[in-house]
Amino acid sequence: MRDDIIGAISTPPGEGGIAIVRISGEGSIKKVKQIFQARVSSKDLLVQKPFMLTLGWLKDEEDEILDEVMVATMKAPRSYTGEEMVEINCHGGVIPARRCLQRVLSTGIRLAEPGEFTRRAFMNGKMDAAQAEAVIDIIRAKTDRGLKLAMKQLEGKNSDYVKELEDFLVEANMLVEANLDFSEDVGDLDYEQLRQLLLKTSAGIEKMLKSGELGDIYKEGISVSICGKPNVGKSSLLNALLRKERAIVTDVPGTTRDLIEEYINIKGIPVKLIDTAGIRETRDLVEQIGISRAQQAVRDSDLVIFLLDIEAGMNDEDRAIYNDIENKERVIVLINKDDLMVKNISEEDTKKNFPELKVIWASTKEDIGIQELEDVIEKMAVTGLMDYDNLGLTVSLRQKESLLAGKKYIQEALDAMGEVTLDCLGVDLQNAMASLGEITGRNLKEESINRIFKEFCIGK
Amino acid sequence: MIYNAGSYEVIVIGAGHAGCEAALASARMGCKTLLCTLSMEHIALMPCNPSIGGPAKAQVVREIDALGGEMAINIDKSNIQMRIINTGKGPAVQALRAQADKLEYYREMLKTLLTQKKLDVLMAEIQDIETSDNKITGVITKTGARYKCRCVVITSGTYLKGRIIIGDVMYDGGPGNQFPAMKLSASLLKNGINLGRFKTGTPPRINRRTVDFSKMIEQPGDERALAFSFISPKQKKPQMSCWLTHSTPETHRIVMDNIERAPLFTGVIKGRGPRYCPSFEDKVVRFAHKDAHQLFVEPEGRHTEEMYVQGLNTSLPEDVQMEVLRSIPGLENVRIMRTGYAIEYDYVPPSQLKLSLETKMIQGLFTAGQINGTSGYEEAAAQGLIAGINAALKIQEKEPFILKRNEAYIGVLIDDLVNKEIDEPYRLLTSRAEYRLLLRQDNADIRLTRRGREIGLVDDTRWELFNRKMDSIENTRAVFQEVSFTPADEEMNVFLTGMGSAPIKDRVSLWELLKRPEIHVADFEKMKWIEPMDAEISEQIEVQSKYEGYIAKQLEQVKKFERMENRKLSPDLDYDEVYGLANEARQRLQDVKPTSMGQASRITGVNPADINVLYIYLEKKRRN
Repeated sequence: MRDDIIGAISTPPGEGGIAIVRISGEGSIKKVKQIFQARVSSKDLLVQKPFMLTLGWLKDEEDEILDEVMVATMKAPRSYTGEEMVEINCHGGVIPARRCLQRVLSTGIRLAEPGEFTRRAFMNGKMDAAQAEAVIDIIRAKTDRGLKLAMKQLEGKNSDYVKELEDFLVEANMLVEANLDFSEDVGDLDYEQLRQLLLKTSAGIEKMLKSGELGDIYKEGISVSICGKPNVGKSSLLNALLRKERAIVTDVPGTTRDLIEEYINIKGIPVKLIDTAGIRETRDLVEQIGISRAQQAVRDSDLVIFLLDIEAGMNDEDRAIYNDIENKERVIVLINKDDLMVKNISEEDTKKNFPELKVIWASTKEDIGIQELEDVIEKMAVTGLMDYDNLGLTVSLRQKESLLAGKKYIQEALDAMGEVTLDCLGVDLQNAMASLGEITGRNLKEESINRIFKEFCIGK
Repeated sequence: MIYNAGSYEVIVIGAGHAGCEAALASARMGCKTLLCTLSMEHIALMPCNPSIGGPAKAQVVREIDALGGEMAINIDKSNIQMRIINTGKGPAVQALRAQADKLEYYREMLKTLLTQKKLDVLMAEIQDIETSDNKITGVITKTGARYKCRCVVITSGTYLKGRIIIGDVMYDGGPGNQFPAMKLSASLLKNGINLGRFKTGTPPRINRRTVDFSKMIEQPGDERALAFSFISPKQKKPQMSCWLTHSTPETHRIVMDNIERAPLFTGVIKGRGPRYCPSFEDKVVRFAHKDAHQLFVEPEGRHTEEMYVQGLNTSLPEDVQMEVLRSIPGLENVRIMRTGYAIEYDYVPPSQLKLSLETKMIQGLFTAGQINGTSGYEEAAAQGLIAGINAALKIQEKEPFILKRNEAYIGVLIDDLVNKEIDEPYRLLTSRAEYRLLLRQDNADIRLTRRGREIGLVDDTRWELFNRKMDSIENTRAVFQEVSFTPADEEMNVFLTGMGSAPIKDRVSLWELLKRPEIHVADFEKMKWIEPMDAEISEQIEVQSKYEGYIAKQLEQVKKFERMENRKLSPDLDYDEVYGLANEARQRLQDVKPTSMGQASRITGVNPADINVLYIYLEKKRRN
């Protein structure tokens, strides 16, 4: 019986307020503890009462906040699967939930097979025997659907590309194995040839991963929040981008009390625009709620447009809002009302205050700079990804997991090359083949044995 | 007229490498055993290459030895050259290989068989197996003798309906022009055993006195005294060399000019041959861009002038064979002593077997060796041993003896045979073993002597030697871990600098130092930091230290593997009853009848969802 720790997103895919990442298996709580920081620092998941929600943050590898989450723990056997379990309530939407799951998997937790939670629940006596067939139906249905999905994904380009990568790896392994089993027939191993093949495979995997990320962006979009002090023109900017009147625009500060979300399409990328309420000190309770939600929205969005009013200049309130924005590299500074005569912000000011950032001079009223803003949003969304020619591939989470594992083993082989004997190198290569082979279901080990006989003239 | 000639507990049909091991194991385990052979002069015959061992095969020979088998001891007695190949590529693939004196190999094995208690050897052709209620009851010889028995092990090699092909000459025959066994196939078919047809081949043998060795490269044996068996004295016999030459463009022209006379290409040969051992004509056609193929000329023994031309197995007509040979450097004036040939034979597709090598169809009927679609003396001997053991265990009414993939190459071999669809003669390769780093030739005794002792094949002498060795390894290891040095020990850093190794900065044990590739046990011995020790002890210490990290990696993989392996499946499980299995999986599971969840997951056509379905089915059954 397999008893390792498994994890998966258990809420249906798509937009939702929250998503739940579910983890099951002995040691689940300890694993999640490694990547979770409770808001009340004295709270410890390991001793936390089961079924109680603990508020806190999921941390990434650099200990930066990944998401604000609520975590519930369950002790065996009092859980759905009958095993120790953790449920992480994270923000909804495909990207945040996937990011969260990926962090969970990075601790060594395995992505659950289709229907595996249900299977475990059954195996641990959480369902009676009469339900066995229903459980099997669930597993079958999920597997078959997953299979169909995978098959669809593997049609055409994707499949050709993965197969090509697998072929490189098979060839690399074949060289090693032929040398081990038939050294008298095949002569010395060409280490350079081997290295080149592994580098080629690794680069191909990298390209595929990047392409997948790009695909994600075009498929799932990005979020852009607009922030700045009241009356700086946030709603006007939103409207300029939407080219329609939707948010209420007035001259009284603080009229946009809640978040306004709108979806637009910038050069093929779905963009969720979030107009934040005026972020400022206030005693108004309704507004306070709006403000904390605004801060959360700014924290979660992929890009942030920071608005300044050229006539009002940049004061302490602007600076405070700007300083609150984390990860400044995702900020676009937009100097609004550039059509006005009075200009209290100069180019020198922006160079001094935002040396690394993109600054756009605009007027939402006169439709100046909006086109440039759209260009900048597109460019930033695909930064670092566009250097790779777009393979147009979509990469599922499961495929991504296999690709990452394969890449890791190939790297281990590359690092060990020359340091260890050939039989040890074989261990890394076999692991790499097992990982990559999962994507297409090919038995790469068997194929590489077959390749030996095709490529080399073996014979006693 | 059939008459009753006697009764045995176990009867072994065929006295090749599989048959000898099977008969010896059965008799040594206390069963009254009969070994039948077509020819008393051809026991333990090596009809093909005159060598034993090499990658994957050497490991098997030592596994046979650790389990109390005979092959290692017999080749230690009868070798004319020993060599370690793959040195420098790591302990997992290092392999001992011996050139055999074929005649001596036969004589030594015959002596062992004839002096074995509880074992009779009989020259007879078995034409029929007798069964009742799908159980073995006896065998019948060509001359009408019925021998009753409870178990039969068929180790018929390539003799079943053997057919020899040389150009357009074809006739029924066993290897080396022996009598074939023409009748037994029909008896197997009648009992519901399916048969397939494979092909293999062998090169011509040439007369040493007509070879010009000055045009070849000499391949001498190792200087060291070597042995396969863990209990053989390591002694160096006078070594005979092998010789390396190669084919020429002229050779290939001759083959191509006569290709329409090659039975392989005219459609005469239908059986599937092994890709790792292709005919020479096949090599020339498939690798047309190569203008030379290397050929090894190997002595067949001290008592003969015959030499084997490794790499030249062929079924070309005899006149072409002669022409081909004479186009090879050093063989310009060569004379053939035996013509090369292809042989086709019946085999039992091994998915019909259990992991014990008993047929699923007939209780008490076992098959082992080339009849199971394998090739190689070592693969045959290994199966013979396992089949012999399991026949004896069946008589003793004990559980079958099965080695797992993480325990032995023998386990890999049999697991592959039973679970994979075998469509060409199967040969072991180190790349077939997932846990290669654990299955080394140097630790075969450590892996398996205990298992051999449990079944009663490891005698007191071997057992005592083994225990002494284990103690010695443990004690030595402890010393290596205890003795440590600090940077203040100047002697150590002077030594390390002298070895081109980095000086130490903290306290370091000898065990840790040994992990450095450039440092060896012998160096420590020289520095007098440790007492001198036996080579086999220092070998273990060195491998265990240097490869500790990778070995740990593999042990981690084994843990996962064993979880599924330990979940047993009943052979009576009716897969038609299991709700939710995919059709192909259901069919294959029904055919193979796996004994564990792990085995089920390795069957071609069974996917993870089917395994999940099985888990649930079993759980439901358990609760009801």
